[in-house]
Amino acid sequence: MNTQLLLIQVFNGLVNGAFYALLSLGLAVIFGMLRIVNFMHGALYMLGAFTAFALGQLFGLGFWPSLLLAPLLVGGVGMLLERGLLSRLYGLEPSYNLLLTFGLTLLTQDLVKQVMLGRFAVSSAPYSPPEALSGVVNLGFVVFPKYRLFVIALSLVVCLVTWFVIEKTRVGSIIRASTENPVVTRAFGIDVSRWVTGVFGVGVALAGLAGVLAAPIYSVEPYMGAELIITTFAVVVIGGMGSILGSVITGFAVGVLAAVGAAVYPPIANTLVFILMALVLLVRPSGLFGLPEGAR
Amino acid sequence: MLKIRTPLMALTALLLAPAASAQSLSDGGIKVGVLTDLSGVYSELAGQGSVKAAQLAAEDFMKANRAYAGKVTVIGVDHQNKADVAGNKAAEMIDRQNVDMLVDMPTSSAALAAVEVARQKKTVAMVVTGGTTALTNEKCNKYTFHYAYDNYMLANGTGTAVTKRGGNSWYIIYPNYAFGQDLNRQMVAAVQENGGKLAAPSDATPFPNTDFSSYLLKAQSVRPKIFGTMQAGNDLVNVVKQYNEFGLKKQGIGLGIGLLFETDVAALGQDAFMGAIATVPWFWNFDARSRQWAAKFEKAFGKKPTWAQAGVYSATLQYLNAVARAKTDNGDAVVKALEGFTFDDFFARHAMIRPQDHRVMLDVHVVQVKGKSEATEPGDLYRRLNTIPAGKAFMPLSENKCKM
Repeated sequence: MNTQLLLIQVFNGLVNGAFYALLSLGLAVIFGMLRIVNFMHGALYMLGAFTAFALGQLFGLGFWPSLLLAPLLVGGVGMLLERGLLSRLYGLEPSYNLLLTFGLTLLTQDLVKQVMLGRFAVSSAPYSPPEALSGVVNLGFVVFPKYRLFVIALSLVVCLVTWFVIEKTRVGSIIRASTENPVVTRAFGIDVSRWVTGVFGVGVALAGLAGVLAAPIYSVEPYMGAELIITTFAVVVIGGMGSILGSVITGFAVGVLAAVGAAVYPPIANTLVFILMALVLLVRPSGLFGLPEGAR
Repeated sequence: MLKIRTPLMALTALLLAPAASAQSLSDGGIKVGVLTDLSGVYSELAGQGSVKAAQLAAEDFMKANRAYAGKVTVIGVDHQNKADVAGNKAAEMIDRQNVDMLVDMPTSSAALAAVEVARQKKTVAMVVTGGTTALTNEKCNKYTFHYAYDNYMLANGTGTAVTKRGGNSWYIIYPNYAFGQDLNRQMVAAVQENGGKLAAPSDATPFPNTDFSSYLLKAQSVRPKIFGTMQAGNDLVNVVKQYNEFGLKKQGIGLGIGLLFETDVAALGQDAFMGAIATVPWFWNFDARSRQWAAKFEKAFGKKPTWAQAGVYSATLQYLNAVARAKTDNGDAVVKALEGFTFDDFFARHAMIRPQDHRVMLDVHVVQVKGKSEATEPGDLYRRLNTIPAGKAFMPLSENKCKM
């Protein structure tokens, strides 16, 4: 394989990696802080894309306002779900919230499908990149869409900011304290359950953001999250459940590795990430960046 | 004497006529089973619209044949595009719901499973939306008819037209399952037969798949004149979206589409498909007869018909007409009435049912997608480049592998 093709695939992989990173970051925030395995993450990602599309159709809002508004709306939906449904299951086994979020996924997908067919008469909707980012740039070795470069850049920034806030700021230490020892934290006068809801909202908003970013690249359709979420869970397992930095680095790395792997040996494209997961689990059962359960 | 005889004869005729037609129907009626995708990726292009189309055909048939008034019913069943489900549902429809004929059947693998069940139960099956040529070749059988289109016709139409118009170097990608593999083979053959060549060997893509960027980047580096995509439905929508995103059209790389439905164009907007060439068996504004039927369908269903739905109407009507000719719904008799039959309806022009392999031959059209600004009315999607006559559109018998 020549270097040019390799470079092309690295860029390509970074785009997919950006989506893996944003989604697994949201999953990591939610799992790391709340111990919820949010199976609904893919549906919320789809909801982000659909909200952007609907905002455009109903209110004529373009890409930029949607980029801000859609994650906020989806995050809001997430907070309602956490308050209304998930919080009732906190004392129970984790499999309960897995079942609940799985059921909610099916419900959301079918609901969006009904709305799309009823209101917009299509089951997959067009969404174009904003004027300023349409077209391609010549990178010398390849002609690459501007919009995809923007996706890589923005998701890198968002991932780094999220990591910084959680690991390095006072807000982050309150969040970590609320989840590690809610009783003591409460004793300091901190409203733990409100923080928990907020964290869930942020994690969900990250999925919503990924959805808006995906809308101009993939067609907006009810099941767009279903496939992606499986790969994302593999990324989370490889990176280590709950590790913020792990999910970001692994997200991008897996994207690049899968793309390069696909160029070298195409049939492996879909399975590479799972082979990787199996190998990592054999050597480090808690994932590359994860801490063993007892060390927490 | 004469005065008494006439009313008597009329009375006898009146008493006998309905009795005669009822006697010959296995359970006093004809039941059409629309086996389709009611919930998945093909539910828009076939689905409920196909069921409605079959119902319209049943109504029109009963209106034209008073003896069958009230005797034809239609049911729609979801096969979820899965072969095992399709087989089970086909058996259930025939055994328990007394269905006399199966129609539609999108997804080649599901269609192949369903027609095998229909064969065992000596029930006529008319595949409209499934594309594989296996249905009229190695998997052909006495009770299966292939309506509307197949992969050979798509490749032959599009590959020939595009190559002859100067698109003589191709790079093709195809989804890696029965339909895609078959269509790629046929398309490569059609391109090469017309003096075209492959700029790079075809690539199989995962199915289903959302990200086609590496193939588009490869197309950029090998620079074919035509980027051929054999993807269908949502996968096709994604390919075309990314084809535009990567600016391939501006780089002088045209788009050749294996299988195109009106709903795909609607999903992305016709500008995204502008200039792409495809082959279709029918489109709603082809001529006055097509328009007339399309208007009727739109009034009943609320949406313009796809060619798959128009095909379901035509197939259902031709089956019912064959029952009327055979005066029975017995599978073997209806097959005999269908074989070699020539007809011409709003959908199937200059049509003939080839007895050797049950391919329904009809005129097909090579079309080019118009841009939004070129459309003269809503839903005006295609410019017709040429029509391939029924006898030339499909696989010639000399290449056919059917042994019935």
